[in-house]
Amino acid sequence: MTAALPASYLDDGLTLRSWLTTTDHKRVAILYAIAITAFFFVGGAAATLIRLELATPQGDLVSHDAYNKLFTAHGVIMVWLFLIPSIPSVLGNFLLPLMLGARDLAFPRLNLLSWYLYVAGGLVTLEALLLGGVDTGWTFYTPYSTMFSNSYVVLTLVGVFITGFSSILTGLNFIVTIHTLRPPAMGWFKLPLFAWALYATSLILVLATPVLAITTLLVAAERLFQIGIFDPAFGGDPLLFQHLFWFYSHPAVYIMVLPAMGVVSEIIPCFARRPVYGYASMAYAILAIASVGFLVWGHHMFVSGQSLAASMTFSLLSFIVAIPSAIKVFNWTATLYKGAIRFDAPMLYALGFVGLFTIGGLTGLFLASLALDVHLTDTYFVVAHFHYIMVGGSVMAYFGGLHFWWPKATGRMYPEIWARIAAVLVFAGFNLTFFPQFLLGVEGMPRRYHTYPPQFQVLNLFSSTGAGVLAIGYLMPLAYFAWSLLRGAPAGDNPFEAKGLEWQARSPPPTHNFDAAPVVPDRVYDYTAEEREPEPESAP
Amino acid sequence: MTAATLARQSADETPDPDTGKLGMWVFLASELLFFGGLFIAYLYGRTHFPAGWAAGSRRTDVVLGTVNTALLLTSSAAVALAVACEDDDRRRRWTARLLALTAGLGAVFLVLKGVEWHAEWHEHLVPGPAFALPVAGAQQFFALYFVMTGLHGVHMIFGVGALGGLALGRARERPWAGARQIEVAALYWHFVDAIWIFLYPLLYLVDRHG
Repeated sequence: MTAALPASYLDDGLTLRSWLTTTDHKRVAILYAIAITAFFFVGGAAATLIRLELATPQGDLVSHDAYNKLFTAHGVIMVWLFLIPSIPSVLGNFLLPLMLGARDLAFPRLNLLSWYLYVAGGLVTLEALLLGGVDTGWTFYTPYSTMFSNSYVVLTLVGVFITGFSSILTGLNFIVTIHTLRPPAMGWFKLPLFAWALYATSLILVLATPVLAITTLLVAAERLFQIGIFDPAFGGDPLLFQHLFWFYSHPAVYIMVLPAMGVVSEIIPCFARRPVYGYASMAYAILAIASVGFLVWGHHMFVSGQSLAASMTFSLLSFIVAIPSAIKVFNWTATLYKGAIRFDAPMLYALGFVGLFTIGGLTGLFLASLALDVHLTDTYFVVAHFHYIMVGGSVMAYFGGLHFWWPKATGRMYPEIWARIAAVLVFAGFNLTFFPQFLLGVEGMPRRYHTYPPQFQVLNLFSSTGAGVLAIGYLMPLAYFAWSLLRGAPAGDNPFEAKGLEWQARSPPPTHNFDAAPVVPDRVYDYTAEEREPEPESAP
Repeated sequence: MTAATLARQSADETPDPDTGKLGMWVFLASELLFFGGLFIAYLYGRTHFPAGWAAGSRRTDVVLGTVNTALLLTSSAAVALAVACEDDDRRRRWTARLLALTAGLGAVFLVLKGVEWHAEWHEHLVPGPAFALPVAGAQQFFALYFVMTGLHGVHMIFGVGALGGLALGRARERPWAGARQIEVAALYWHFVDAIWIFLYPLLYLVDRHG
C-alpha cells in the first residue's frame, strides 16, 4: 500500500484540452453530465414560465404565440436533450465499463464523437430557440409543421437529427461493449440489471432513432420543396407522418424509462440488503418491454382516423406491455421483503420511482382503452400520465443514480440530510404538480392552451405551487453537490457496501479503472440481510 | 468468494478481432431502419397512386440504371475478392488493387448518377411548380426517387472515400489499413450495394415488368 497509486481519472490531466480530447468513458460521462444539466435547467425555465402563465385563467404573462413556443421548447429540450441521453449517456457511460470490469467502452473515440454530436445538435436547437423558437409542439405534426408554421421548424429538426446520431452511436457502443467486454466469468445472467437495461435501451436507440432521422429529413424536404409526402394539399398523408413519428417516439418512452428501471434495480437491493427478487424474470421483462414497445405506437393515434381494427390491435398490445412492467414492480417490492431497509437518499428516490411509475403505468392503461381515450385525448390527463412516467419515473431514477454513484465518481460523500430533504421535496412537489392535472384532464381541460375557464383555477394553482416546490428540490442538489466536491467527507471505495464490480475500483477510479483485476462473485446481487442490522434511527 | 474468477481487463489484451465487425453490423441494422422509413413512404405512395408511380417510373433512365446496377454488383465482387486476398499470403499483393477497383467502380456509379440527375433536372422531373408530369402521384414518385437515390448517393460517397483511403493505406502498408479494417469497410460496401438492389426495381422497373 505504500507504493503510490496512479492518479484518479479526475487528476489525470487538468487542462481544458485534456477534457475535450479525452476518450476516457468516465470523463465523457462528466462532459455529458455538464451539458445535460445545462439543458435540463433551460427546459426547466420554460416549464416554470408555463406554470406561471397557468396560475391564472387569463393569458396575462405571455402571448398565445409565445406560450406555444414555450411548451415546444420545453418538450424538445427535455425529450431529446435531457431525458433520452440522461441516464444512458451520463450514468451508463460512467458505469458500464466499470460494471463489466473493463477498461473502457468498445469504441472510446466513437464515444467522444457522440458527445460532440450531442453538443452540436443541442446548440443548433438552442440557436433555433434564440432566433425565435418553434411553435409546432415537440411532435411536429404535419401539415402544420410543413405548411403553416412561421417558425424555425427546419433548424430545430436539424438539431434533433444531429442529436439522433449521437444516440445511435451511444447505443451501438453499449451493445458491442456488452457483447465483447464482459469478463469470461460473467455470463448473460450474471450481468447487473443496469447493464441489461442499457442493452435493451441500446437496441431501441439503434433501431428506432434512424426512423426519426428519416422522418425529420422528409418533413424538412416537404417544408422546403412542398413535395407532397405528408401534406394532403399536395396528395400526401399526414397519418403517414404520425405513423413514422410514433414508430420512434413511442419506443423513445422506453429509452427514457428502461435505464431508470436499471438504476432502481441496483439501488433497491443495496439498501434492502436483499438479492433482487426474480433476477431472470427482471431481465426477460426488460427485453419484453423493449420488444413489445415497438408494436404499440398506434395508441397515440386512436382519434386520428386510423381503422378500428388497427386501433384494437394497438390497444391490446399496449395492455400487454403492462404485464412485464407489473412483473418488475412486484419484483422490486418483493426484494424489500425481509430486507434490512435503510432510507438513504438514493433509496428514497428509488422507492419514489416505484410508486410514481406504478401510477404512470396504470393511467397508461386508461389511455390504452379505446373508448376512454376518446374522452381523454389531448387533455391534461395525458400530460399528467406521461410526466408520471418521464419525471416521476426517469428523472427520479436519474437523481437516485446520481446520489448512489456520486461517491464513486467524485470520491466524496454528499450531505445525507440535505439529500433526503431534497428527495422528499421532489416527491412532494412532483405529486402536487401533476396529480391535479389528472383531475383537470378528466374534467376536460385541454392541453396546449394558455388560457382556461375560471373553474379550473384551483387545481391549476395547486399545480403551479407544486412546480415551485419541485424547482427547489431540483436546485438543492446543484448546491450541495458543489459543496460536496470541495468539502464532502472522503467516501472510501464502497460507502454503501454495494456488490457491483464498479465498487471494487477506487473512488474516484483511476483512468484505467481497476488497479487489480476485479473479482466476479458467484452470484449477482449477493446481498444478505443478516450482515448488517438496520440502523435504529434510520426511519424518517 | 468461493470459486471467484478474475475479470478481464480489455486493455491488457489485444482487442477482440470481432469488435469492429459487430459494431458495423449494429450500425447496418440502424441504417436499414433509416432507409426503412423511406420504403414505408414508397409503399404508401405506390398503393395510393399506382398510375402516378407507373408514369414516373417510365421517365427514369433504365439504361443508365441497369449499367449502374451492373457496376455496383461488380464492385461488391471486387471488394469480396479483396477480403479473400488479404487472408491469403500468396495473393495479398492484389488487395490494394482490388480495393482501388471497388472505389473506382463506385466513383463511375456516382458520375453516371450525376448524369441522370442532370438530365432529369432539364426534363423538369424535379418536384416543384414546373413539374413536367400531370399525373397525380408522379410528383411524389420523383420526390421519393430523389430522396432515396440522393441518400444512397451520400452513402456511396462515404464508401468510395473509405475504400479509396484503405486502398492507398494498404498499398503503403499502413497499420490502420489491415485485414480487420478492410473487412469492416467491405461489410458497409455490401450494404450500400444491397440497398441499391432494392432501389433499382422499385424505382426503375415499376411499369416495365410483367
